[in-house]
Amino acid sequence: MSSPKVEIIENYCKGCSICVEFCPTNVFKMEGFVAKVVRPEACTKCMLCELRCPDFAVKVH
Amino acid sequence: MAFDYEQYLRPGKLPHIWCPGCGHGIVMKGLLRAIDTCGLEKNNTAIVSGIGCASRLPGYVDFNTLHTAHGRAAAFATGIKMAKPEMDVLVVGGDGDGVAIGGNHFIHACRRNIDMTYVLLNNYIYGMTGGQFSPCTPTWAKASTTPYGNPDPIFDVPKLAIGAGATFVARTTAFHATQIDKLIAAGLRHKGMAVIEVLDDCPTAYGRRNKFRSVVDMMKRLKEIAVPVKAAAHMTPEQLEGKVLTGILHQEERPEYCEQYQQVIARAQGA
Repeated sequence: MSSPKVEIIENYCKGCSICVEFCPTNVFKMEGFVAKVVRPEACTKCMLCELRCPDFAVKVH
Repeated sequence: MAFDYEQYLRPGKLPHIWCPGCGHGIVMKGLLRAIDTCGLEKNNTAIVSGIGCASRLPGYVDFNTLHTAHGRAAAFATGIKMAKPEMDVLVVGGDGDGVAIGGNHFIHACRRNIDMTYVLLNNYIYGMTGGQFSPCTPTWAKASTTPYGNPDPIFDVPKLAIGAGATFVARTTAFHATQIDKLIAAGLRHKGMAVIEVLDDCPTAYGRRNKFRSVVDMMKRLKEIAVPVKAAAHMTPEQLEGKVLTGILHQEERPEYCEQYQQVIARAQGA
């Protein structure tokens, strides 16, 4: 199984930090007003970030 | 596998207008997943809304959509369903739109048991018009028009819907993202009036007036207050103090309004 690809569409991200706070493996980190993917290798594909992102900004492939 | 939301979105409309952390986006995604699960066709689906933050939702989605007068979404949706009973009709609206300004339309749509799915996004406040209190603003919470706290008791939306005659009533929260699409899908499959209340967060108009430090605080509160109906059956009234029940709260079979009306047509034709 290939490692998951976590993508943030920065134009859509409003920096609410829901993904940062609720990711069980701390894949994300706030950098300024947008979330960034800092630990993609830790992603378990639980999809909670994508489900809870109100702005359609997080995609897990 | 990432869900392809783009197939149901109007191109070029994102980013949406909702504030950072507003749960309406989470509910919109749940709604689209539910529509996909139920295999609703774009050309055979109408999504109707009134006025308010939540009522902006139909503007982003690629279905037959109607953005109508404040509180009148249920009335317009009833008209669509009566004229085209084969269509799948959904209504999306907020607490102010649905149970305050549109309270009358809401209860009568429930009473008639017309086959539609009403998704009520309850963020406890009138967000778009400036944070005025709504019938869902908790007692002693602050709003722009109740700076000393709101003395009014609240409407319990599911109880209101059940009392008015809705035949499918459910509740979840914006935190419980997977439950949103499951309940909306169950509502879409139900023949008759389905009301799904989604407790939501409004960080801009409600949160900052009521000592929530962040969106995350509001989300954690939604997680804490929600109790599934099955778990609640084993809890004492003291344990349930301040909690809200989530899941399918009520389901029954009753004659659906469009079918009843067909009988009126048949009688008028002398059958």
